[in-house]
Amino acid sequence: MTKRTVELALATPGLDAQGRPARLPLAAAAREPERHGEPEAGGEHMLLNLGPQHPATHGVLRLVVELDGETVVRVIPHVGYLHSGFEKLGEYRHYNQIIPLTDRTDYLSPMANNVGFALAAEQLMGIELTPRCTVLRVIACEMSRIISHMVWLGTTSIDLGAFTPFLWAFQERERIYNLQEMWTGARLTTSVTRVGGMMADVTDDFVAGLRQFVDTYPKTLHEIDRVLTRNAVWVGRTQGVGAMTAQEAINYSLSGPMLRASGVPYDVRKDRPYLDYDSYEFDVPVGEHGDVYDRYLVRLEECHQSNRILRQALERLPDGPLNVADPRLILPPKSRAMSDMEAMIYHFKQVMEGVKAPVGEAYVGIENPKGELGTYLVSDGTAKPVRWRIRPPSFINLAALPKMAEGHLLSDLIAINASVDIVMGEVDR
Amino acid sequence: MNPSAEALRATFGSAIGRAVESCGDTIVYVDRAALLDVMAWLRDTPGQQYDYLVDVTAVEYRDRERPLELVYNLRSLDRRVDVRVKVELDPRGDLTVDSIVPLWRGADWLEREVYDMFGVAFRGHPDLRRILMWETYAEGHPLRKDFPLRGRFSRAEQVRQALAANPEAHYSLEELSIAAAYDELPPDMRERLRRGERGKIPHSE
Repeated sequence: MTKRTVELALATPGLDAQGRPARLPLAAAAREPERHGEPEAGGEHMLLNLGPQHPATHGVLRLVVELDGETVVRVIPHVGYLHSGFEKLGEYRHYNQIIPLTDRTDYLSPMANNVGFALAAEQLMGIELTPRCTVLRVIACEMSRIISHMVWLGTTSIDLGAFTPFLWAFQERERIYNLQEMWTGARLTTSVTRVGGMMADVTDDFVAGLRQFVDTYPKTLHEIDRVLTRNAVWVGRTQGVGAMTAQEAINYSLSGPMLRASGVPYDVRKDRPYLDYDSYEFDVPVGEHGDVYDRYLVRLEECHQSNRILRQALERLPDGPLNVADPRLILPPKSRAMSDMEAMIYHFKQVMEGVKAPVGEAYVGIENPKGELGTYLVSDGTAKPVRWRIRPPSFINLAALPKMAEGHLLSDLIAINASVDIVMGEVDR
Repeated sequence: MNPSAEALRATFGSAIGRAVESCGDTIVYVDRAALLDVMAWLRDTPGQQYDYLVDVTAVEYRDRERPLELVYNLRSLDRRVDVRVKVELDPRGDLTVDSIVPLWRGADWLEREVYDMFGVAFRGHPDLRRILMWETYAEGHPLRKDFPLRGRFSRAEQVRQALAANPEAHYSLEELSIAAAYDELPPDMRERLRRGERGKIPHSE
């Protein structure tokens, strides 16, 4: 294990609700999925339709399940119910006009999506960000991670029969949403970045509020930890369920907590650093067994680490300009646009013509709460991209669902599906 | 420039086209016949070890003369290096390439999406169906540049088709092939299947 790996070995012997003495090592657990009874010779399989409107499918996901008794033989997912054609729409919009579309893909981490798109556009145009903007974007990304992981924790605990953590998690999410509203004016559709800067600067109230959040948030995490991590029902429902080995996780292109829970210490923030993540001190939690329980541990620890990053970001938040000093990129203040001829021309050109990007293409991957969110932009020199491709982490993670669920019980399928942490807005785009 | 580009040229010779750099990423153009060999070589050769498939997608340019490009983003998790492999196809010609699902299972849905959005057929794909659009979608492939933003059909026709669609009948051929499931379906659906509305029935009549 590398130095930055946080050991997440389970220290709860004898708490397995199924009466299993110890956890199987990862490879063995994945090779032999737990069979609940032999398949009946000549028995009939049942075809069960789950979703698209079902509270446990976390959105409009439809699963067609072939069952042998209660054992899942095959899962065939159907997606696309929420397809909105964002990538097609993006080809008809200026770069800054695409940012509101990114809010609506993974709507549980809108600010991180904004950052991902803006970074790709900036790489395409060769723009250097100001120090204040860089730190604010780190804050935006980590706030999103906390929101997304809290929603994941709440909904998953509901799926598995625990109601209390849901209330605690959503309370914390609410506090972040209030801060988000203070910063951007919106709770969900933030659209906080612009190419070359941010839509708005933060106020002193925001900084004070975030500081207060950072100080009090770990208490909730510890409470959730105490109520779930060693809970016999939780452990029994999640351990050994839906395991993926490291090799399989790589072969299925999993990313984010899904990949790390399987023991692959890959985090885009560490391994392909963007913004100024290489200068923050934080650990990357890595699991050992690749099952639902390890995914829970990894996400819970990531919340602690996000909090750590937020604390450092608040300490270093520099003063100075927020946006790059390029009038062709950044809209002038309204008062200048109405009084200064030159500023008005720039305003007009930006709104009417947009910002032109040079011919070329750029791929930027950022570590979103769900996994690696890639933005691939191809430009032919005009103000609208030829191609805007989102590499959707939850779409790619969801593709491994049939592999993970086969051989498990139907009720385990719910736990496994919850552990993938999907957002259908992003899966279907 | 990523040294893998030169290594590819030394190994595969004329099957490797030009190699260019854009925003720090190396892009290597590969002949479509050699795609599977090149990908397997990149994945398994010591010193290359591009073991992680980041993304599969396609680009069609507004310039009608430019070829449609298939884009494969590869990454070596150990070496922390990326390379982008591209295959050029004639958008008005044969859009068939070898599937890389035998190498990466993760390519399954990504190739289905490219098939759905661009109409590129992947030879050897285990289950090449539309994924984001529904299976009976008849308007074409939405991300092609000749596809209008609002779709090919009129709004009235789109509404008519949406209302006429029977959501219950939306089972894929694979699902219908599941043993004994046919007898469990509601009678009206069985009747529609018998009429051949949705593919073949594996064992009936």
